[in-house]
Amino acid sequence: MKAPLSWLKEYVDINCTAEELKDKLFSCGFEVEGMDYIASNINKIVTCKIEKIEKHPNADKLSVCQVNAGSYGKLQIITNAKNIFEGAIVPVALDGATLFNNETISNGEIRGVKSFGMFCSGEELGINDDWYEGAGVNGILIFKEELPLGEEVKKLLELEDVMFDINVTANRPDCQSILGIAREVSAVLDLPLKMPDLSYAKDFDVSTTATINVNNLAYDLCPRYISHLVKDVKIESSPLWLKRRLFRMGIRSINNIVDITNYVLLEIGQPMHAFDLKDLERNNIVIRRAYENEKIITLDEKEFALNKENLVICDAVKPIALAGIMGGLNSGIKDDTVDIVFESAKFVRDNIRKTSKALGQRSDSSSRFEKGVDSYTTEIGMQRALNLIYTLGCGKIAFDNYDLYEYMVNENYINTTIDKINGVLGIDVPVENIVNYLERLNFEVNVDGNNISIKIPAYREDIESYPDIAEEIIREYGYDHIKSSLLKTCSITNGGRNDQQNSIENIKNLLVGYGFNEIITYSFVSEKEYDMFKIDKTCKEHKFIKIINPLGEDLSVMRTTLLPSVVRIACSNVNRKNYDGRIFELAKVYKDTRESESDLPTESLALSFATFGAEENFFTIKGVVEGILDNFCNGCKVEYKPSTTKCMHPTRCADIIVNGAIVGYFGQILPSICDELNSDKPIFAGEIFYEELTKYFNDKILVKSVSKFPQIERDLAILIDKNVLCGDIISAISEQNFANLESIKLFDIYEGAQVGEGKKSMAFNFVFVNAERTLSVEEVDSVMEEIRKLLLEKFNAERR
Amino acid sequence: MQEINNLREKAKLELEKVSSTKELYDLKTTFVGKNGLVTGLLRGMKDIPAEQRAEFGKVVNQLKEEIASYFDEKEKVLVEKETFEKFEKERVDITLPGVKQKSGSLHPLNIVKNQILEAFCGMGFEIFEGPEIDSDYYCFQALNIPKDHPARDMQDTFYFSENVLLRPHTSPGQVRTMEKKAPPIKILSPGRVYRADDDASHSPMFHQIEGLVVDKGVSLCDLKGLLDEFVRIIFNSETKTRFRPSYFPFTEPSVEVDVTCCKCHGKGCSLCKGTGWIEILGAGVVNKKVLEMSGIDSEVYSGLAFGLGIERITMIKYGISDIRTLFENNIKFLSQFNRRK
Repeated sequence: MKAPLSWLKEYVDINCTAEELKDKLFSCGFEVEGMDYIASNINKIVTCKIEKIEKHPNADKLSVCQVNAGSYGKLQIITNAKNIFEGAIVPVALDGATLFNNETISNGEIRGVKSFGMFCSGEELGINDDWYEGAGVNGILIFKEELPLGEEVKKLLELEDVMFDINVTANRPDCQSILGIAREVSAVLDLPLKMPDLSYAKDFDVSTTATINVNNLAYDLCPRYISHLVKDVKIESSPLWLKRRLFRMGIRSINNIVDITNYVLLEIGQPMHAFDLKDLERNNIVIRRAYENEKIITLDEKEFALNKENLVICDAVKPIALAGIMGGLNSGIKDDTVDIVFESAKFVRDNIRKTSKALGQRSDSSSRFEKGVDSYTTEIGMQRALNLIYTLGCGKIAFDNYDLYEYMVNENYINTTIDKINGVLGIDVPVENIVNYLERLNFEVNVDGNNISIKIPAYREDIESYPDIAEEIIREYGYDHIKSSLLKTCSITNGGRNDQQNSIENIKNLLVGYGFNEIITYSFVSEKEYDMFKIDKTCKEHKFIKIINPLGEDLSVMRTTLLPSVVRIACSNVNRKNYDGRIFELAKVYKDTRESESDLPTESLALSFATFGAEENFFTIKGVVEGILDNFCNGCKVEYKPSTTKCMHPTRCADIIVNGAIVGYFGQILPSICDELNSDKPIFAGEIFYEELTKYFNDKILVKSVSKFPQIERDLAILIDKNVLCGDIISAISEQNFANLESIKLFDIYEGAQVGEGKKSMAFNFVFVNAERTLSVEEVDSVMEEIRKLLLEKFNAERR
Repeated sequence: MQEINNLREKAKLELEKVSSTKELYDLKTTFVGKNGLVTGLLRGMKDIPAEQRAEFGKVVNQLKEEIASYFDEKEKVLVEKETFEKFEKERVDITLPGVKQKSGSLHPLNIVKNQILEAFCGMGFEIFEGPEIDSDYYCFQALNIPKDHPARDMQDTFYFSENVLLRPHTSPGQVRTMEKKAPPIKILSPGRVYRADDDASHSPMFHQIEGLVVDKGVSLCDLKGLLDEFVRIIFNSETKTRFRPSYFPFTEPSVEVDVTCCKCHGKGCSLCKGTGWIEILGAGVVNKKVLEMSGIDSEVYSGLAFGLGIERITMIKYGISDIRTLFENNIKFLSQFNRRK
């Protein structure tokens, strides 16, 4: 909300500097986001009289002028302006002067003739015809009055002002006006508020109700509608003060009637509209929903096709305004307008917002209505408009009006206690302060002991109960009165993470210990990512949901897997010459399990990781997976089986199977995908369906006693068909539960000429131990013999 | 006897010449081994008269011990010398670089999140994480933001259907907690949130932590106390907080909370745009309507709530100027966070 200091001063005798006012407004909840000291930069531009004009000896288009600049003496000025004449009083920028646009002027010489300054146009002073008639001319500003010479022009033209740009929070639509801000200024400075004049003389020969008929068929969208007739209107230019007010707020003056509606919107915060009576078919005004596909052309000559969600103001046959947004081209004020009907209405904010958004048509009026206008303002807005008609003497004001409303909440009271108010704040604000602050804000207060009865100002629709009152008080009293206390009335509670939350942190910390950097990537991806990673419609990961209004296609699909994002980051690191790295992300994935549109999708946690670099290979990433399972799924049966994941190297990827269930996969990413992502290095990656994995979590520590007796080790080297999987050999042995066999470990594998075509040599280490006794060599060797036989029978493996 | 003396002298002489333990052990075998020279003397015993044999044996044994002790002494010297030479051979350039043990790191946003959670967990807060895709009811209506409310314009929200959306704040966590749990309540609800914004200070996905206390008699003073303690832990003990009035539909009164600028300590600098203060979070007393909608008696209980952006605090704390740095995930950037503070 923009508010010039000069305008605020009309309602409050502000007795502090603009800076001090800024701080005061800040303290009571109105942050001043910008302060513009208008024209404060203009310097050394003074009035002068042109006494003599001669042609420049060396330039056809230039003139050499002798001027009298009062106390600055007689000067010679060169100009190319055509509209000057001898005897004209004009502004001249002297040596060292600064113009409105911050340009500086200094003495110079033009084609051999000295010039001691520059004549100024209105634009160079930051003004146009609305501020001073003649300032808009293409040439030098020529003063119409006989002004004293050598005087600062910015003083004479009252150019200086301070423009506040105030952040008004959404709960305070009543402050979307100069008057609203003035009310707050009055309260925070504890100075009286001078209300704008709302009085006017009624013409008893003119009657609204006898002339027109107004019908409201949509109270739900238009809770209050006031119409007032003004006859014999003189359409003319507005007075200077009015034009200057509008000019400061960036609004062009049109004519007195249009200017009045704009002025009331700025000052009171009520959007106004004026209809030309002669355009109203059968002198009728009807407020109703538009018909399906009904058309209107608004003042800016745009045509819209409407529907029943849009509210229109109509005459007997056709729409004449898009309610609250813009008037129709068919009923606006024209030069030949004689009689007008003023409209001041309250339209409900969400309907205006929706219509404005749907049609793409906005105006100062619609953006004001979107914030919310109260019924009280609707009434005083009309009064102020009529007062201005009266003050400007430009029309006969009807003695009566239409004021259509279904019900009117006249007086709102809150009855509460001082204790409750102070209870919200946690401090004891003295009763006399409470009363004082509320009265400054125009609340009427009645205190009876601890009880307090408060009448709420009509424009404060945001005040509903005692916490609102507490806020009004503390923002005037000052938040620095709030003193720290640490939940002294609260029960003791036991805080902290629960087991599930701790597990997440533990698994992350394990990965950090393995040298992984945690990454965070966006939850939404491009649908193209699914093609790139070959997740087709047959995959369960393809069940994603899409954002209706994404920032772009790249950020439109809620991901069902983290792996593509993690691989993408791995590749981008390779691109940036981070040649080795380990990264992971633990985040939610979102699967479309909805039966209807209003159901929520299923969110579950996933853990994805990637490794790359000279020292990384399939087995380093497998080691990470094994580490996770060792730590968190103690005692579970873990298997790795060839995976069919399509984004993976087909012979270098594995499903992770815990107790028979697939909980994830890992392997080498297809080189073609890495190529597409501009990575020339192999990427190893995997994903664990975290919530599947948690079903097998067993991270409790159960101590197993360590045998005091020596362990016996045996190595066995076998020759075996090269396609036999190591995992199958180990599980075949493990399944037999051989006595005292503690562990089996592969320690060497060899393929080559020495072992023959189609064969490989594998060497295993076996450890035997017994908790209660020393094992004999014989019993260990007999188990080894059984193992050897088993391998021979099952895999045709020969001892080497 | 002469023979014995000769042997002794011979041993001494030979020993002088020995320069390695290998030579030494060979020589030792030559003299005192099973078939060595000294033992050889004993073999000649049969030629000694019987009465002298005992004496002779004794002298030979003495000789054996004597020679053995010469060897032991010499061995000590040689072992020491050879060990020294071995170490010398194994000498490394200790200034060559070590074999790097890579240490990983948590993401800076999660480091800060953990610090914040731990600060409040110590004050008795539990952690509740709600869904990221939530209904209009939990994201807006139950927070006193009805459909026609202008506050809906405060954030541009991503939608899946009219009633299903990506939460624009973690505040639904408040409602979901209050529906499930009776007071006393002290919870934090951290997580990802989403708004249609994308520039140097806004990311379409970012992280918030919502805090909620519901109990008897809690007031703005408790909020101040809680947040003072929080900034002391997250920043330092010199950091001060300041409340200023603001508006959120779900709290009344509502405040913006500023902290003294951690860079200039309140003197005014570029980080705080010369004000000495930095805005870090929004907070307030829970709106009575919000309590009631969640089934809590607002005449008995009152609540405090605050919501803070983890990105903002992380950026202030670690001096990060562009929010996008946090989502680029460059390992060179991430690796700097392998410390805890």
